[in-house]
Amino acid sequence: MAIAATRAPVRPQSRARARRNALVGWSFILPNFIGFAVLTLIPMGAAFVIAFMEWDSYSPPEWVGFDNFERMLGNQSFWIALGNTAYYAAGHIPLTMLAALGLALLLNKRIRGLGFFRTTMFFPYITSLVAVAVVWNMLFNPTMGPINQFLEWIGVQDPPGWTTTSAWSMPAVIITSVWRDMGYYMVLYLAGLQAIPQEYYEAADVDGANAWQRFWNITIPSLRPTTFFVLIMVTIASFKVFDLIVVMTDGGPGRATLVLSQLIYEEGITENRFGYSSAISLALFLIVLVFTVVQFRIQKRKED
Amino acid sequence: MSVTSTLPEVDRLADELAPPAAGRRLTAKRRGPRLKPAKRVLLYVLLAALTLLIFVPFFWMVSSSLKHNNQVFSIPIQWIPTEFVWSNYVDIWTRIPLLTYLKNSLFLSVTITFLQVLTGSFAAYGFSKMRFKGRDVLFVIYIATIAVPWQAYMIPQYIMMQNAGLVNTHLSIILLQAFGAFGVFLMRQYYMTIPDELSEAARIDGLNEYRIWWRIILPLTKPALASLALLTFVSTWNDYMGPFIYFTSNDLWTVQIGLRSFVGQFDAEYAMIMTGSVISVIPIVIVFLLGQRFFIQGIATSGLKG
Repeated sequence: MAIAATRAPVRPQSRARARRNALVGWSFILPNFIGFAVLTLIPMGAAFVIAFMEWDSYSPPEWVGFDNFERMLGNQSFWIALGNTAYYAAGHIPLTMLAALGLALLLNKRIRGLGFFRTTMFFPYITSLVAVAVVWNMLFNPTMGPINQFLEWIGVQDPPGWTTTSAWSMPAVIITSVWRDMGYYMVLYLAGLQAIPQEYYEAADVDGANAWQRFWNITIPSLRPTTFFVLIMVTIASFKVFDLIVVMTDGGPGRATLVLSQLIYEEGITENRFGYSSAISLALFLIVLVFTVVQFRIQKRKED
Repeated sequence: MSVTSTLPEVDRLADELAPPAAGRRLTAKRRGPRLKPAKRVLLYVLLAALTLLIFVPFFWMVSSSLKHNNQVFSIPIQWIPTEFVWSNYVDIWTRIPLLTYLKNSLFLSVTITFLQVLTGSFAAYGFSKMRFKGRDVLFVIYIATIAVPWQAYMIPQYIMMQNAGLVNTHLSIILLQAFGAFGVFLMRQYYMTIPDELSEAARIDGLNEYRIWWRIILPLTKPALASLALLTFVSTWNDYMGPFIYFTSNDLWTVQIGLRSFVGQFDAEYAMIMTGSVISVIPIVIVFLLGQRFFIQGIATSGLKG
């Protein structure tokens, strides 16, 4: 040990040492990296290739260029699924963000029982999705469900048929998903709110700003990085929605709630049309990518 | 010599991907003026209403699980069962192989959590405390994959698993979920907050890198390990799509798949369905209540779920 102590500060930057260091460094990363490379990186790369192939489980893969994409663009199910996914995202993204921000603002106060309320709001998020979907499905029961009984009680003449009708099944799914996800993003907003220096608000008080002005001129601008982050995460999550829809409506009634993930599952795993389903996967990936890049751009411009 | 990234962009990217206030401990707000009584009352009323909104579905679930099928939907709504049908909680075990489902869920969750925490924290040490060529490029690749939806590459994964003969085995889901980039990312974010002087000092004392990880870094990051473990456990327990795709035989099914299949087969057995739902949620409730602060901390740090 004495020898090591005298030698260490000299630290000869020899090539052998760097190589040893790299070897040790890689040995740390390797156990995870092998699994990650084989099961994530390689499939990701392969998805790009398979999308240009005609491939099912019975015949060998064959290069077909853009055929899968042409077929996809001419397929009605694809457009319906794309439209429904966009519908879901258009409802889920803003509502979840508003609810999460509202909860965070309410729970960033100096009150008793704060811990209890935060835990409560977070709770739906960790509950198993199947249980959530099953319960809400029953709550939404058009004739006997508590929700419609409540609506009739407050005077709604003809309450919606929710998951049994094509017009109302997507709203039902969106309501359930907002209820489930808001507590999760609330935690992110809370972290953002607590990072705002208290001095800003004190200075605003001195200048005589009211609560509304403080909110618009301090809270909202200070939260911009958090909002940006939440927006990206909610967007990605929205576009890949699957479980909730499969359990609540299974894409129905008809194709009223069929989403892209489900279409990929049906074409790829059920029908074994690997090439065609990979083309849809690629389309989904590109949509998410474009949204993310656009949001990054907008965020950058606002920063400058 | 500090072990920051050779590419400043890497840290910036990691910071941008992590929520802006990462690493802050969420606290009850001890600062700022007290609320005026009128506002305080209003706030409590609002919070009570929201709490009700959160709890009503759970309450309805538990209450229905203790009813007869024909009592679940009644007009007006029966919030408390007139007669408590405890036998639902006995009968369900024979109606569906629920015990097998629970065992499968537990086995998968524990195995995947263990592997994810182990390989994730190990790799995070390499990414944060070691310095070598190619490290930062590799880390960027890790981060980038987190933003790619799983649906984009699940088909090639499935083909690989099919060729390896692993479809319809537990091993397939273990392999798919144990080596995620998420654990590496979460642990690295924590490790970056530990001063490098600590590992430097240990090196001077003659500890090799593996012992530094085991003796110094791991004990220091117990809360992070707990966060990662809990997040991974819950997301594996609740996972639906993975087991749905890979497990076709009944004896491999998890609670989620088993419950969904029960609903599909006996869609009029409302009470029993709710009983199954309650049982599927109980393990998660226990895990959550035991470690809720680690959950919230883990999310506030990484901004991601497992």
